[in-house]
Amino acid sequence: MSSTAIEIRDLHISFGSNHVLRGVNLDVPSGSSLVVIGGSGSGKSVLLKCILGILQPDSGTIHINGEEITGLYGRHLDNFRTRFGMLFQGSALFDSLPVWENVAFYPLHNQGMSRKKAHELSLRYLANVGLDADIAEFYPAELSGGMRKRVGLARAIATEPDIIFFDEPTTGLDPIMGDMIDQLIRKCIIEYGFTGLTITHDMASVRRISDEVALLYEGRIVWKGATDKLDHPDNPYVEQFVTGHTEGPIQVQF
Amino acid sequence: MIPILTPLGRTFLSFLQITGRLVIFTGRALSHCVRPPFYPRLIARQMIEIGYYSLPVVGLTAIFTGMVLALQSYTGFARFSAESAIPNVVVVSITRELGPVLAGLMVAGRIGAAIAAEIGTMRVTEQIDALKTLATNPFKYLIAPRLIAGMTMLPILVLIADIIGVFGGYLVSIYSLGFNPSSYINNTMDFLHAQDVISGLVKAAVFGMLVTLMGCYHGYHSRGGAQGVGRATTNAVVSASILILCANYIVTGLFFDR
Ligand SMILES: Nc1ncnc2c1ncn2[C@@H]1O[C@H](COP(=O)(O)OP(=O)(O)OP(=O)(O)O)[C@@H](O)[C@H]1O
Ligand SMILES: [Mg+2]
Repeated sequence: MSSTAIEIRDLHISFGSNHVLRGVNLDVPSGSSLVVIGGSGSGKSVLLKCILGILQPDSGTIHINGEEITGLYGRHLDNFRTRFGMLFQGSALFDSLPVWENVAFYPLHNQGMSRKKAHELSLRYLANVGLDADIAEFYPAELSGGMRKRVGLARAIATEPDIIFFDEPTTGLDPIMGDMIDQLIRKCIIEYGFTGLTITHDMASVRRISDEVALLYEGRIVWKGATDKLDHPDNPYVEQFVTGHTEGPIQVQF
Repeated sequence: MIPILTPLGRTFLSFLQITGRLVIFTGRALSHCVRPPFYPRLIARQMIEIGYYSLPVVGLTAIFTGMVLALQSYTGFARFSAESAIPNVVVVSITRELGPVLAGLMVAGRIGAAIAAEIGTMRVTEQIDALKTLATNPFKYLIAPRLIAGMTMLPILVLIADIIGVFGGYLVSIYSLGFNPSSYINNTMDFLHAQDVISGLVKAAVFGMLVTLMGCYHGYHSRGGAQGVGRATTNAVVSASILILCANYIVTGLFFDR
């Protein structure tokens, strides 16, 4: 099965005079893991939000498993969203709910699961991301940033999606925890068969979790290739990004 | 000529834009109040928050208002020896006017601000986006429960405020103005019409909707971090208070007959 899970064609979006995406074309094959890299503020989070239908693109199309989702709204869009899982850059946990209700939010509210069962389920997912059962009753404000990130990850996986999005899953974690999260993401994709689209700046993490890598620069995908090509990319942009030099085609603004 | 017209036109257009956005928002919010699925737990939680926890504030406002009302109307009516009208003046003023308006304004300060701050924080920390990705409609999950709770709890609060306010007037009349307790109560009951109480409760339901709607609207459209949330909170309280006073006139007019 080599069908395309996500197909993006000529996607444009701007905020006022800030033209963020200027014709993005991207394909993500089903069951594979694609990582998008790119500088801060290059529009990576915006790209994810367009796919999720949170932001409306100005023009261009997005197809999910062959069906167009641009322009969908209301119940039709919600039906699509049942297939998505998303880890937000800032975790975006619900402050008013304890950790376990955050994790089991989707089964509790959209699948009509009983509270008792949902509680058990959330403990399982928390254990999956390396968290103890005793934090289940905590509120998000009582957790450290890294713990919040893992709870957010558990919440995204608990929706049992087809396609899962990670916005900087390992920033703010120590290297060991970061490695553990990477393994977990890998597991989601290989064992559960999810399609993964991840954003990260962490090159070590890129190598661990991706099958393919795409570089977003000035609102376009300027390079896409297999992960093992990262070291010899035949592309000056990627070379500069991977090595982190300030000299090169990517303009650094101070 | 042109330099004067440009800002005028721009203000007018942005006024139209905001009005349109508000009307659409209200329509969506109300339609989600009557369409399933409902979230009974959330509705109950908001009812406790809006109804139960507002009781002390609204009760205190009502009792002091009733007490002052008795004293002030004594000053006025004693000048033409109509002291016996005081029980009637107190009960009509409280049920028709002061109970709903003061409770509405107090709740606007307490609840309108809290709703705007909570929903505004959820907006700027992407919690509302997270709700959407979990296939949950924020109108259904966040806004409808608050509107339902506001529209049902404010009339109950006002009914309690009516009783407490009349009781405040009674206390002052008996203990410092020397009224006879039983004739005060008789006077109160004899002249009270069902219309007085009902019009007050209708006002309360309208005010409850306005307060929660303004809180939700400004919170939902807030942007720009902590500062944006602060602005949303202020706007929610100010706009709810002004709308309460406007709506008060309109509803009074509807129930007015000579
Ligand atoms: N809701 C919004 N309204 C206006 N401008 C926005 C909005 N969201 C993002 N932007 C702008 O879009 C650009 C890209 O933002 P985005 O959050 O996608 O960056 P990013 O690539 O995810 O960066 P980082 O790696 O730092 O997270 C920024 O210039 C930002 O100012
Ligand atoms: Mg980002």
